[in-house]
Amino acid sequence: MAGPSLQHPSSTPPNPTEVAQLEEPLTPLHQPLLHESGLKHTSGEARYVDDLPSPPGMALCLVLTSPHAHARITRRDAAKARAVPGVHAILFAEDVPGLNDVGPVIHDEPLFAVNEVQFMGQSVGVVVAESYDACRAAAKLVEVDYEPLPAITTIDQAIAQGSWLSDPHVMKRGDVDAELWKSEVKLSGEVRTGGQEHFYLETQSTLALPEEDGSVRLLCSTQHPSEVQAIVAHVLHVGRHLITVEVPRMGGGFGGKETQAAPFAAMAALAALKLKRPVKIWLNRDQDMAQTGKRHPFMTRYEAGFARSGELKALKLELFSDGGFSTDLSRAILDRAMFHSDNAYYVPALMFTGRVCKTHLPSNTAFRGFGGPQGMAVIEAIMSRAAEVLGLDPAELRAKNFYDDAPRNVTPYFMEVKHDRMPRLWKELLASSDYLARKSAIESFNASHPHARRGLAITPVKFGISFTTSFLNQAGALVVMYADGTVQLNHGGTEMGQGLHTKMMAICAHELGIPPASVRAMTTATDKVPNTSATAASSGSDLNGAAVKVACETLRARLQPVAARLLGVPSESAGDILFAGGKVFLRTRPELALPFGKVTQEAYLSQVPMSATGFYKTPDISYDKSTGRGKPFHYFAYGAAVSEVELSGLTGEHRVRRVDILHDVGASLVPTIDRGQVEGGFIQGVGWLTCEEVLFDAKGYLLTHSPDTYKIPAFGDAPLDFRVQLLEDAAQPDVIHGSKAVGEPPLMLALSVVAALRHAVTAFGRPGAHVDLKMPCTPEALLNAIEAVRSV
Amino acid sequence: MARPARELIRFEVNGDWHELAVEPRTTLLEALRYVLKLTGSKQGCDKGDCGACTVLIDGRPQLSCISLAMTAVGRKITTIEGLAEGNRAHPVQDAFDLCGALQCGFCQSGMMLSAAALLADNPRPNRDEIKQALSGNLCRCTGYTQIVDAVEVASGQRDVPERDERPTTRRK
Repeated sequence: MAGPSLQHPSSTPPNPTEVAQLEEPLTPLHQPLLHESGLKHTSGEARYVDDLPSPPGMALCLVLTSPHAHARITRRDAAKARAVPGVHAILFAEDVPGLNDVGPVIHDEPLFAVNEVQFMGQSVGVVVAESYDACRAAAKLVEVDYEPLPAITTIDQAIAQGSWLSDPHVMKRGDVDAELWKSEVKLSGEVRTGGQEHFYLETQSTLALPEEDGSVRLLCSTQHPSEVQAIVAHVLHVGRHLITVEVPRMGGGFGGKETQAAPFAAMAALAALKLKRPVKIWLNRDQDMAQTGKRHPFMTRYEAGFARSGELKALKLELFSDGGFSTDLSRAILDRAMFHSDNAYYVPALMFTGRVCKTHLPSNTAFRGFGGPQGMAVIEAIMSRAAEVLGLDPAELRAKNFYDDAPRNVTPYFMEVKHDRMPRLWKELLASSDYLARKSAIESFNASHPHARRGLAITPVKFGISFTTSFLNQAGALVVMYADGTVQLNHGGTEMGQGLHTKMMAICAHELGIPPASVRAMTTATDKVPNTSATAASSGSDLNGAAVKVACETLRARLQPVAARLLGVPSESAGDILFAGGKVFLRTRPELALPFGKVTQEAYLSQVPMSATGFYKTPDISYDKSTGRGKPFHYFAYGAAVSEVELSGLTGEHRVRRVDILHDVGASLVPTIDRGQVEGGFIQGVGWLTCEEVLFDAKGYLLTHSPDTYKIPAFGDAPLDFRVQLLEDAAQPDVIHGSKAVGEPPLMLALSVVAALRHAVTAFGRPGAHVDLKMPCTPEALLNAIEAVRSV
Repeated sequence: MARPARELIRFEVNGDWHELAVEPRTTLLEALRYVLKLTGSKQGCDKGDCGACTVLIDGRPQLSCISLAMTAVGRKITTIEGLAEGNRAHPVQDAFDLCGALQCGFCQSGMMLSAAALLADNPRPNRDEIKQALSGNLCRCTGYTQIVDAVEVASGQRDVPERDERPTTRRK
């Protein structure tokens, strides 16, 4: 085994004298770097909320949930339950001193149901007791009578009954009906995509600690500590200054802990304040899956007009998402689906209309891609179908429709596409994946194999980066320097495994010219950086990284005059003093270098302030929903994938044989971390599109509430041959150190697997046979599609 | 509440003998996490489907969430906290770290114990054997490829990935 050639941000104890000797590499930025928590994870010492030592007197919680999808509550009696030994409290809506609501944007989501329940699993109350045994015993004795009401459990029922959570959002350009009428080839149909359970390995959990002055400290597994703080404060009817939320780390988030950690945190905080004792809430897997929302299922009706040459002329879409019982983030998710209904293609004439359906199901929520995948799945299905109908190579047809020079450079929401990487990326990937040769090899295979067919496809991803609610694009950092030259780094982003802390440490170390081992990333907490946005929308590195940089620049500017004095440099040259490799030196005289720790020690003695905040807001973004026009994104992230599958005509099972990905992360901040995001995001997308099927029965009962019925990808589902490359020489202007966001975009590369499966399905029938392949492409869906093309 | 009678049991965990009082229905995972405070073993699904609770019992990987503590009486249990020998990390631990085979880390301990058990049996497994041996451990973050790579690294069949192959841009 080769010796470890990588730096571990926390592997070396900081030592000022050693720091001074460090010469290469001069910066940890754009270099491979190990995960900041790697040693803690591999040794088992990394602590998640449920691993924290139980404080004395700690009570536990069990949420009382609705057994009906929709019902009126007619009676409630907890007297017998309260008498169970070990029970501390049973709390209902009337025990909430403030607002009984946890809706993040709109107050339509009660913490505890009052007169009506609106999904099976909705919280009616919470039992707080000394043990789970006591919780369960008491829960059985809580009497709640319900009068069932008719429930809406599908998008189709919601449309038929006019059950909505939003008004229509419209984007339009040109006269779409006239252009459709004129088109040489007109396609129409509907595309459905299913829900997806986040299946973060660590379920929702919060430990609430009551402290002095009626304050509460929450240790919470959440992507959005500031929102948890705000919601807990209004539930408790106290100022936010009395609530501190700290995130030790998360065992995965994927969007599922953006808004939906808040209700459970609020229950624990409420109980902690009432009982004046620590309270922990932790959901087991089945509870978590039944009580929390998932990726929004979508149903989209389309009409598309093409020229025989394959050029898309007009596109009319009606998007309907299943929001579940409350609004949560559904409107923004629908918006993002519409913003990505073009994917990488120019659409000359269009009308997109989107609306969120209200159903009696858990409130669907953020999930990696945030509607983007649902929007892109539709246009990619249309592109595949157009190629089948027109008898064109799907790769050529796609490339023909890419954004191009003006006027073909304007999105459906009138944003100009700049720095378009797609043509270059597409060409490089077609070549490196050997697409054409493999395609003809597959045709030979398909012509000769008795019962299996292979498919090959390349699909693009263009993903808009920024929160589409423009004001959210802000971030803060607090960098604290000690006299010995070591640094504590606080920023507003949360660590859910994605490596954000590692990237922030690299930026901080780079700006101060010190090794990452001298920087310690602190747990994210609302008492360090206030009013933060969620770590979401792939924005964590862009926003927080820029804020960290600003804070470090402030500190550097304060240290320069100190170093100038020590170096005997005139104060007017202080601005030429550099910080690199753990040393501080004048640009022109690097041989006279001071250890960073010596400068900080001198700064302390000279009464120089040693901490600084940094703040960043994304410039130049805005969107007007009423006109469907604006520039909602700072830039676009690009990628493309070539997938090859083999499909059995006997069982409908498939294997992903090989995947080639070329992804644009700009000048990667930490390439090892980005590679992990690309690979993991892709597989998560493959899961959504092939093996993960969220199923509710007609009464609104979640049939797939644990891994025994809900299948996320396992080892056997990873591609047999997986080749991931990051696009080279791709620095992005106006983003932190030329990098680009990477969290969500790779998920949508998985659409190449669906396109490849369609290719394989077509090979079972006559050319041009209509392929009706449902997503997720389970063996059942694939077998149905195969049977359909065979019978034509 | 009336609680079922507890029984005193003894087993060896990470080289130390422990005596603890458990109820007959206490799972091994509960005993490890909440009695012995060894929280490296995780509860991911509580029904033996995700593998996050995997520990070694007499060297064999077992799902501690569906094993009763009493069935481990007199046996030798290894958790992630005991995988290293003193200060020397097990090769699997180093390899997972160096290969980036981890993100959120929650599946990590179970994954590494399954891998360690495989290597004890089969010091040079091929990729299919690695996938087979680890197929009971779910990971939601990594996409698995880097985990298979890590086990190959731990078994000396692969060098730590040559990071220079990947695009790195030097400071301007």
